[in-house]
Amino acid sequence: MKNLRAMSKRRRREMQHKEVLRVCSKLLIPLIMLFALYVQFHGDFGPGGGFQAGVIFASAFILYALIFGVDVGMKVLSPGARRFFLAAGLLLYAGVGIAGMLFGGRYLNYSVLLQDPVAGQHLGILLIELGVGVTVAAAMITIFYVFANQDESE
Amino acid sequence: MDQFAGLYNYWIFIVLMMIGFYIVMAQHNLIKKVVGLNIFQVSVFVFYISMSKVEDGSAPIIAEGITVYSNPLPHVLILTAIVVGVATTALALALVVRIRDSYGSIEEDEIEAEERRREKHF
Amino acid sequence: MLVANLPALQVVLPLIAAPICLLLRRSDRAWLWATIVTWFCLGIAICLLREVLSVGAISYPIGDWAAPIGIEYKIDLLSAFLLVIVSLIGAVVLPYAHASVSSEIPDARIYLFYTMYLLCLCGLLGIAVTGDAFNLFVFLEISSLSSYVLISMGRYRRSLTAAYRYLIMGTVGATFYIIGVGMMYMMTGTLNMADLANRIPAVAETRTIQVAIAFIVVGLSLKLAIFPLHMWLPNAYTFAPSVVTIFLAATATKVAVYALLRMIFTVFGGEPLFVIGEVLMILSVAAMFVGSLVAIYQTNIKRMLAYSSIAQIGYMVLGISFITTTGLAGGIIHLFNHALVKGALFMAVGGMFFRIASVRLDDMAGIGKRMPITTGCFVIAGLGLIGVPLTAGFISKWYLVSAALEKEMWLIAVLILISSLLAVIYIWRVVEVAYFRAPPKRAAVMSEPPLSMLIPLFILTGASIYFGIDASRTVDIAMAAAQFLMIGVAQ
Repeated sequence: MKNLRAMSKRRRREMQHKEVLRVCSKLLIPLIMLFALYVQFHGDFGPGGGFQAGVIFASAFILYALIFGVDVGMKVLSPGARRFFLAAGLLLYAGVGIAGMLFGGRYLNYSVLLQDPVAGQHLGILLIELGVGVTVAAAMITIFYVFANQDESE
Repeated sequence: MDQFAGLYNYWIFIVLMMIGFYIVMAQHNLIKKVVGLNIFQVSVFVFYISMSKVEDGSAPIIAEGITVYSNPLPHVLILTAIVVGVATTALALALVVRIRDSYGSIEEDEIEAEERRREKHF
Repeated sequence: MLVANLPALQVVLPLIAAPICLLLRRSDRAWLWATIVTWFCLGIAICLLREVLSVGAISYPIGDWAAPIGIEYKIDLLSAFLLVIVSLIGAVVLPYAHASVSSEIPDARIYLFYTMYLLCLCGLLGIAVTGDAFNLFVFLEISSLSSYVLISMGRYRRSLTAAYRYLIMGTVGATFYIIGVGMMYMMTGTLNMADLANRIPAVAETRTIQVAIAFIVVGLSLKLAIFPLHMWLPNAYTFAPSVVTIFLAATATKVAVYALLRMIFTVFGGEPLFVIGEVLMILSVAAMFVGSLVAIYQTNIKRMLAYSSIAQIGYMVLGISFITTTGLAGGIIHLFNHALVKGALFMAVGGMFFRIASVRLDDMAGIGKRMPITTGCFVIAGLGLIGVPLTAGFISKWYLVSAALEKEMWLIAVLILISSLLAVIYIWRVVEVAYFRAPPKRAAVMSEPPLSMLIPLFILTGASIYFGIDASRTVDIAMAAAQFLMIGVAQ
């Protein structure tokens, strides 16, 4: 009789624990993503930039998968979408360089992208860092899922 | 004493580098080797970042009223090196996972023994 | 516009092609895409070589940021030569790869294989074009990481441990290199190679620069697999898929030799060689002998050829350690010839593996009768490895021996000849098993590998013969490159 009561008390504490994690993460995950976007676009003016933002963004997805289960997490971002973003970020980066060539400068020349060289520099860096952020986020999420699944995925 | 106190960041770099290098060479466990590799790479980051500090310089972020900044170039170099380090670590760990699946162990000597048993077959 | 941007396109083309290859799931589409891209890369490399031969060194600042501040791509004769070598091997291997890769790697992963192949090619080409010390590290790591993945795709369990060991040793080497670059930056304040060459003589006597030289040479030697630091090479070449062995054996170590040449001659002006030249000479002679001797006792053909590669790398470094134009030219010619010869040898072995699914010497009994063309190409390429006259190997050995005699190092010249004779022994072992032993009773009737694998084999074997008969073009380029490298070196 005493064991049964002790067991249910423990289980209640476990459930509490999981409830706390679930509610907190549901509150935090959008904030984490917002912070990642902040870091991404503030790379111009403060510490930040593509790589850091990509890792923070990926950590939001990883937190979700850790709390709610890996298979639920896989439904949010399918393997095909991950692969697409992995490729798309790199293509965006290289594409900006090619665009610089098409507009008459050398590879990765941002000044020729717009009429005003300074605005061109801003746009170039913005797009480049965006490409880096997308690829890094997709890569980190892929690494996590590969290790979490450990049977084959792709 | 001035040799030691003034150059303490380089001493830290050397000590970390040697610790990391020793772990890579001496440890038999594959994951501990990866950890040693990471420590080794972190020592290089410490070296570059400490090298970039300018006396009385603030962080290299443009702000009003600040005239002396630390050198931002090594910071950028280290960002690249950190990314390379992350990729290397991820790849190494993925390999260790698959080695574990194939051999059932991640101790180098056990893997060598297993291979020597199968050597005649190959 | 296109022509002016060729230096960047040389690297950007495989870099863009790799993620597109990632999106193409089907194996035949991935192969077709990779083939088209590598052939374009070869075209760009040939255009660059022609331009450098007519105009001189090309300088291409990335993003139009001028030299010491920005990253500059600097293509001189040596770089253009290396670009042609790497892209030639990269392009010729791909038609071969269609059949070989389909038989060795599961179909669902073949698109990943070609993605990594393109990234590796991008990294190797980037090392050849760049004129910035840190950018060299970035490309070095791109090519190294993708080659670790490529090696781990082999069918054996030991591919994984081979890739892991290569990863550890390669990363240690790259980190040593970057420590050296950091020390150089500390003393000079620049990373651009030409600018470093201007600023280093002023600080050359400081201990920092001397330690930097040591770190850089050791770091690149790990990638090069010079004698005491060669432990990763035999397993990595043996257990990788056939196509990967061909590609890496013919390009990866050559590019590391190029990087060493760049750092020692262009950045440091040849000064380090007066201190470490003798050490390099001793180590390279040791490599020549240890590699050839261990190769004689191997029962696995791929492992035998891998140890032979260690010996051949010894020849290249020996050419560097002479500190004369002839020696340097000999080393550079040997770089080219070894790429052709080893590529052809590993292609022949890959063809044999395709049919009999084994690379053990005992299983190759009588293969000369069953697969005459493939074995014939192996023997011809093997003659090139030994250095028989009328093959490409003879030209490079000739220059190395001439350089030794120029410096009156009779012992070294004799050692070069003796180690070439050692190569005869292990090539003869294969010939003896292939032609003079009866095939095992239960062997099925064997045929040649498919034409898609034979034609690249013919191309490389034919090239090794052609450049042995008419070596004027390679010798001219190598001599010009060597003279250019030796400009700053006081005798």
